Amino acid sequence: MAEATTAAKSAAAKSEPFFGKKEKVLITDPLYENNPITVQVLGICSALAVTSLIYPSLVISVAVVFVCGFSSLITSLLRTRIPKSIRMIVQLVIIATLVTAVELSLKYFSYPVYKDLSVYIGLIITNCIVMGRLEAFAMANKPWRSFLDGIGNGLGYGAILLMVAFFREFFGKGSLFAGSPAEMKIIGSNPDYFINTMAESGIGSMFSWYSNNNLMVLPAAAMFLIGIFIWIQRSRTPKLVDVS
Amino acid sequence: MDLINIFIKAAFIDNMVLAYFLGMCSYLAVSKTVKTAFGLGLAVIFVLGITMPINWLINNYLLDGAINGLDLTFLRLILFIAVIASMVQLVEMVIEKVSPALYNSLGIFLPLITVNCAILGGSLFMVAREYDFAESIAFGLGGGFGWFLAIIAIAAIREKIRYSDVPPALRGLGMAFILTGLMGIAFMSLMGIDPAALTGTK
Repeated sequence: MAEATTAAKSAAAKSEPFFGKKEKVLITDPLYENNPITVQVLGICSALAVTSLIYPSLVISVAVVFVCGFSSLITSLLRTRIPKSIRMIVQLVIIATLVTAVELSLKYFSYPVYKDLSVYIGLIITNCIVMGRLEAFAMANKPWRSFLDGIGNGLGYGAILLMVAFFREFFGKGSLFAGSPAEMKIIGSNPDYFINTMAESGIGSMFSWYSNNNLMVLPAAAMFLIGIFIWIQRSRTPKLVDVS
Repeated sequence: MDLINIFIKAAFIDNMVLAYFLGMCSYLAVSKTVKTAFGLGLAVIFVLGITMPINWLINNYLLDGAINGLDLTFLRLILFIAVIASMVQLVEMVIEKVSPALYNSLGIFLPLITVNCAILGGSLFMVAREYDFAESIAFGLGGGFGWFLAIIAIAAIREKIRYSDVPPALRGLGMAFILTGLMGIAFMSLMGIDPAALTGTK
C-alpha cells in the first residue's frame, strides 16, 4: 500500500509540476465559479445556524477545510481498495473519525466555543460538501490533487460562511468577532461600543437614530443573504443562470 | 399526552428545516416537483422514526458507561452515522423486495437520506435533550413529519413560481433560498409556544 502510493506520488511529480496551473485551479475554482454553496448547493445544512457570529463561523470553516482536505486525501489513498458496495459507509467512517478528532481538540482548546457549536460540529459529518467531493473527486483522482480539491472546496464554503456572518453580526449585533480575543464593538447603545448611540455628543449623537436589525439575528436572514449572493453572482456570470 | 406534545413541538415549533435549517441540501435539491418531494418526505419520516429509537438504545445501553462503567461517548458520532447508513441500506433493500413500484419512484433519493443532516441532527438533539425511549420515537416521527411538511410546501411554491416573472439570475435556486427564509420567518411566529401549557398538562 505505502509503496504503491509513494510510486503514484513520484509518478505524478515527474509528469506534472507539484503546484502548477492545474493545481491552482483546483483551489481557486470552488472559490467563485464552482462554489460549493451558491453553485453546487452542497453543505448548506450545518452552515446557516452558526453564521450569526463571525467567530464560530471561522471555527466551523477551519474545521471543514481540515476535514474536507484530509478525508479527500485518505479516501484517495484508499480508493482502489474500497469495495463499491460499501463505499458510503467507509467514507462516512473516515469523515466521522476526522470530525471526532476535531470535536475533541476543540473541547480541549476552547470549551465555550465547543459548548456553543457541539451539535453543529457533529453535523460536519453529514455536510454534503465533504461527502460530495469524496464521491465526485477523491474516488477518481490522485491523493495530492484530491487533497487540494478538498481544501479548495472547504475554503469556498468558508468564504461564503464568513461573508454571511459578517453581515449578520455587523447589522444584527453591531460588533465584529464577538466572543473571540479580537472582539470589536462598533456600534451600539452603551458606552462599551465605539459609536455609542446613546451619547449626548460626539459621533454617537449623530447615530441616535440607529438601532440593530433584529432580523439579521434570525437564521432566516442567512437564507436571504445567500439568495442575494446567488443573485449577484449569477448576474455577473450569466452562464450560471438556471435555465429550467 | 406528553408524547403528543413532543410530536407537535418537533413537527411545528422546532421544525427541522424551517427553525433549525437542517437537511437543507436534499430539501433544496429535491423540491422541484411535489411528486418527488412527497416520496422523499415519506422516506425521511420512516428513517427518522427507525433510527431514533435504535440510536437511543445504543446511546443508553452501549455508550453511557453501561459497559464496565466505561465512558464511550466519543464513539457516538461514528456509531450513530453507521446505524443511519446501515438502516438506509436496509430500508432500501426491504422496499426493493416488497414494493418495486415505490422503490423505482424513489430512485436515488433513498441513499441520499444517509447524508441528510436532519437524521443525524435528530439523534444528536435527542441526546442533548435527554429524551426517554418513547419520547425519542415521538420526537423522531414528529421531526420527520415536520420535514415532510416543509419539503411539500416549498415544492408546491416552486411549481407555481415557475410561471411568475422572477429576474433571470434569481430563478430557481436563488428564489428557493429567499422563499425558505420567508417560510422560516412565518414558522418563527410559532416559536415559544408551549404545547404542554396549551393542553393543560403542566
